Amino acid sequence: MDGPILRGRIADETAVSRRAFLQGTGLLLGFALTGASTESVFAAPASRVVENEVTGTFAPNGFIRINPTGAVTLVMPMAEMGQGVYTALSMLLAEELEVGLDQVQVQHAPANDALYANSFLRIQTTGASSSVRAFWTPLRQAGAVGRNMLIAAAAKRWGVDPATCHAKNGVVFDASGSKHLSYGELAKAAAKLPVPPAANVKLKEPKDFTLIGTRAKRVDSSIKIDGRALYGIDARLPGMKVAAVAISPVLGGKAKTVDEKAALAVKDVRQVVNIDEAVAVVADHMGAAKKGLEAAAITWDDGPNGKVSNADIVKQLEEESKKPGVVARNEGDAGKALAEAAQRLEAIYQVPFLAHAAMEPMNCTVHLQKDRCDIWVGTQAMALTQSLVAELTGLPKAAIKIHNHLIGGGFGRRLEADGTVLAVKIAKHVDGPVKVIWSREEDIQHDMYRPYYFDRLSAGLDAAGKPVAWTHRIAGSSIAARYIPYWFKDGLDLDAVEAAAKPPYALPNIHVDYVRVEPPGVRTAFWRGVGPTHNVFVVESFMDELAHAVKQDPVAYRKGLLGHNPRALAVLSLAAEKARWGSPLPAQHGRGISVQFAFGSYLSQVAEVEVAADGSVKVKRIVCAVDCGMYVNPDTIEAQVEGGTLFGLTAALHGSITFKDGRVEQSNFDSYLPMRIDEVPVVETHLIKNAEAPGGIGEAPTAIVSAAVTNAIFAATGKRLRSLPIDPNSLKSSS
Amino acid sequence: MAFTLKINRTPHEVDVDGDTPLLWVLRDVLGMTGTKFGCGQALCGACTVHLDGRPVRSCQTPVDNVGDSAITTIEAIGQAPQGAALQKAWLELEVVQCGYCQSGQIMSAAALLKDTPKPTDHDIDAAMSGNVCRCGTYQRIRAAIKHAAGV
Repeated sequence: MDGPILRGRIADETAVSRRAFLQGTGLLLGFALTGASTESVFAAPASRVVENEVTGTFAPNGFIRINPTGAVTLVMPMAEMGQGVYTALSMLLAEELEVGLDQVQVQHAPANDALYANSFLRIQTTGASSSVRAFWTPLRQAGAVGRNMLIAAAAKRWGVDPATCHAKNGVVFDASGSKHLSYGELAKAAAKLPVPPAANVKLKEPKDFTLIGTRAKRVDSSIKIDGRALYGIDARLPGMKVAAVAISPVLGGKAKTVDEKAALAVKDVRQVVNIDEAVAVVADHMGAAKKGLEAAAITWDDGPNGKVSNADIVKQLEEESKKPGVVARNEGDAGKALAEAAQRLEAIYQVPFLAHAAMEPMNCTVHLQKDRCDIWVGTQAMALTQSLVAELTGLPKAAIKIHNHLIGGGFGRRLEADGTVLAVKIAKHVDGPVKVIWSREEDIQHDMYRPYYFDRLSAGLDAAGKPVAWTHRIAGSSIAARYIPYWFKDGLDLDAVEAAAKPPYALPNIHVDYVRVEPPGVRTAFWRGVGPTHNVFVVESFMDELAHAVKQDPVAYRKGLLGHNPRALAVLSLAAEKARWGSPLPAQHGRGISVQFAFGSYLSQVAEVEVAADGSVKVKRIVCAVDCGMYVNPDTIEAQVEGGTLFGLTAALHGSITFKDGRVEQSNFDSYLPMRIDEVPVVETHLIKNAEAPGGIGEAPTAIVSAAVTNAIFAATGKRLRSLPIDPNSLKSSS
Repeated sequence: MAFTLKINRTPHEVDVDGDTPLLWVLRDVLGMTGTKFGCGQALCGACTVHLDGRPVRSCQTPVDNVGDSAITTIEAIGQAPQGAALQKAWLELEVVQCGYCQSGQIMSAAALLKDTPKPTDHDIDAAMSGNVCRCGTYQRIRAAIKHAAGV
């Protein structure tokens, strides 16, 4: 795949000096000068994913840059963290622009809300599985605007009607096909034409798509298999120092004693920075910085949160959840229906705090100067990061340059700018650029966690077993209240109740409410799958309880409640069929089903598990049916179903962050366990093709998997799990 | 202390404390950022490099333990037949997501195929279970190793 298309071009001053620096190391893997242009041109490592503002002669909008050499650059408004968004968004643009994906390079957008805001989130933020949904129309329009202008430029030169011309693979042809001009040849002329309003351009009919809907290759694969891909942690600048950091183990604590002398005695250590909430040791390389940090033998004053414990947090949730909350949904009369029901069920469900534990530990490189501040980081939240750094430095937003990078796993962690804020606080004391890297232990112990939720449910069944009453109270922290206020309406956190307020089933009398409970000494944040990760587990487990209470098959029972919801019924039926629901299984094996509507997509999963006599659970196979409407790239969807499912399954089997004496008890991959290759089940994806509006897919599989697995465990053992993670001790045959 | 390290067949002089992990010498002193930091405790495999063809976790390999051993990193593994075959398979099967762990995954897989050209599922589990991927690309990693090995 390498060749002239692998051009990275960086035009800003910092990049130029960075080039010089990298050249000095003798480690440049490839250079491809595009010539012709007077701007600085740079490809190192030779890459289709490049950083920062690149100017192009033809720039009809924020997303397309074409210069006279023919280089086509697509500017990516959303961050790439593995979800395949650079490929999907490139496909949307390229489809209408009429260029091949092999003809383009992609680049990270700079911070610019006016050009790059996600219409779903109203800000330049990558999250909520919203990128394709938000950019489905705008990027196709942007591509079509570009194509129309290039065609108009060619038609003008030939003196013909633009309607008689067409474009393909970056070339405009006349009606006969004998005349043709490349986009590069047309770039200067097209740049002088008026830009038509995006809403006025005609978009292709889906039946005419040649790229959207295909298994196009990822644009970022080739640089991720040989070490060339640059993540934030790989930033390197002339004169840069590297800092290891220790943050107060208790939120709100301060450094009490720091042995600066011992730290400075370590070879290559340059400086100790004490900002109370954290201590950084600055050195020429991370080996020295870490050694210096250890030598500093920091002791801490715990502050007000030194007694925080999980037991107290859960007790608080248990108490608060007894009080009525803010109503998320109230239809019919659930109280009356419950009182009159033939059979009643009640249950309490709980899910733990969870860390993100992305593979790339938290890091940020800062160069703070008198009149500007440059930030090299991988972030999902460009706009927020820029605002917070402006606030912290007192510099105008325009002076804050965020150089975004590929992200080594986001999962919601990089929606937060706390790592950047901390790095800037440290950089204020450092002369020249400094890269702050958290250890894995710091990363896990100073995460912002998926909240602990405590749920109370009740249901009333009629004589035929149908649910005539359904109540669900959710108690837990509100992330939306802090992070995205318009999702927090009159005390109701719309994310915390997503997929609980509106389960896919026919429930004539339903009451769902939310009690906000903020745990002391714990920072909470979005985590892949957000509200639905907990709600789908709760709703689908309880629905399973209802089916078993009336001795009905869980699939048949659900089908009976989905007559009004054909898309949910279709995914349920497809998953059950592909998993051969009802076919015999060996002893100690079981199948479980779950269904959800979340992030604009319908999913259903069947999990097949084996539970050994010692209680250990082996998940053997997961079948997932997906209806996410019109889709861009089926291979990306399958990859997200595979990966998203494993992310949720990892949490269901192993994930729990707990607090004792204000401290997180887990620290690295030996106490906060990731799933490994010898543990993973086969994940199969079955995609339904239709013409519905696009739905999100990055988080949906994470949300749905837990219930499928615990329902399968019930089928195998008769034991109902109402809290996560799965506790093998509770599943021992003898217990 | 001064050390001469043979990295990807080229000698490099570095002057660091002998207990400095090889990882930081590669990344920070020499600017070879393809080898990744993941955990610092040899628990995740993101920092895997080869010493004389054997996979080691560079975050737990002090530079004074390297001696004359030949170091191979992700930047040069494509020059070995196993590395090239794996990289090709990784592209054909679209293994990567965020990509951060993939340097280490490919280094571990290349060492596996050198010793065991036709690995079984059990061989793959044994050789690869030290490498963590939080994106969950394991299913494709397994398939790509088999594809590269022709099994």
